[in-house]
Amino acid sequence: MTKIHVTTTVNGETAEFLTDPRETLLDVLRNQLGLTGSKEGCGTGDCGACSVLVDGVLVSSCLVLGVEAQGKTIETIEGMADPKGDLHPLQRKFIEHAALQCGFCTPGVLVAAKALLAQNPDPTETEIRYWLAGNLCRCTGYDKIVRAVQDAAAEMRGAA
Amino acid sequence: MRYHAVESFEDAVRIAASSRGTTRFLAGGTDVLVQLRAGLVQPDDLIDLKKINGVKDITRRADGGWDIGAAVSGAELGAHAALCRDWPGVVEGMRLVGSTQVQGRATLTGNLCNGSPAADSVPGLVAAGATATLIGPEGTRTIPVAEIPKGPGRTNLKPGEVIKAIHLPPCGANAGDAYLRFIPRTEMDIAVVGCAVSLRLDGDRVSEARVALGAVAPTVMLVPEAGAALVGSTLDDAALDALVTAARAACRPISDKRGTVEFRIEVAGVLARRAALIAYARAKGETA
Ligand code: FES
Ligand code: FES
Repeated sequence: MTKIHVTTTVNGETAEFLTDPRETLLDVLRNQLGLTGSKEGCGTGDCGACSVLVDGVLVSSCLVLGVEAQGKTIETIEGMADPKGDLHPLQRKFIEHAALQCGFCTPGVLVAAKALLAQNPDPTETEIRYWLAGNLCRCTGYDKIVRAVQDAAAEMRGAA
Repeated sequence: MRYHAVESFEDAVRIAASSRGTTRFLAGGTDVLVQLRAGLVQPDDLIDLKKINGVKDITRRADGGWDIGAAVSGAELGAHAALCRDWPGVVEGMRLVGSTQVQGRATLTGNLCNGSPAADSVPGLVAAGATATLIGPEGTRTIPVAEIPKGPGRTNLKPGEVIKAIHLPPCGANAGDAYLRFIPRTEMDIAVVGCAVSLRLDGDRVSEARVALGAVAPTVMLVPEAGAALVGSTLDDAALDALVTAARAACRPISDKRGTVEFRIEVAGVLARRAALIAYARAKGETA
């Protein structure tokens, strides 16, 4: 099987890898680049645990091939806190509101919520719930997630 | 599996024609990657269309209609204000497909070629009278979207053919369209029934109407009798009742875990009525 050489940018840094063309971006991130924050809940685009941004667009990395990352800019949960290690407001608010239990869905939810706030800094509860409808959580019942997102949004708007 | 990131549709067609095994085209990939993983298809050649010039373009033609490239995502359709104004029903159908994450990748073309009778974006295209340009080993042809679905998971594309773009006619004056689906929850589900209505008014009267149903037959289908029931009316109760009767009469659904035959037929009428009212309000310039 011929592997393909791919050069891409992940969380601001150049990354290179060799990939079998059948391999998903999620597998590449986890198995080759050691970025295990993105999770595989389903592998079929249903759960959102593998959410990443590709060129700024929120996608399920299990539905993207590794070869498609060529020349793209990828952002994952590992790039969310700033390089000094200070948590992103969403991450802090998730802890404050106890918006996670097992944490399996959390990286995907955080990446998706960040993408929402980038285009809608003041979303309603309904907008948050629809935006995150593709992020399944089997623990929290979603309520605390929604409140944490609202609180983080308020802080980021400078309203808190 | 060989992966080909082609730069033209001609190259895509040439590679498909020379492949000795199974070929798949990659537009959004939200169905193809799931099929790969499940082992339902094992392509020898996977042809990625996303690097072709223009496949991500939404273009208004000189006649006022629209050309939508094969790799335009649902999110990109929804972000296009002028297209949403002209064809809100087409866009809302596509926007119902999957999650925000899926919307970042999924395409009208892919939803059409996947061949699901429950595809949410297809009834809107059929009601709108959309066409598609296909390119294949024998050249290029343009056919109505309504003629593409053949059965569950099957299309009338010839071997090696691929859709380049989807075309919407000019919406013109006093026109409106709408798509509604029934699912047992509010998001992230597959249509039990879907219905699109596209109509034009002359004053208060309907001068043209097209009605398409999804998930109630082996393919999405146009129901000419349902459209005819509205023409000439002001969408009074008699016309709406005739619409409901015609829509239900066209249904040939199956019973499965999502709904029974009886339920699907019942709901098809309900959705046709509601979608017609929304399309009418939109044609009147009301935001519904
Ligand atoms: S693992 Fe990708 S959506 Fe579930
Ligand atoms: S915290 Fe366990 S799945 Fe969400």
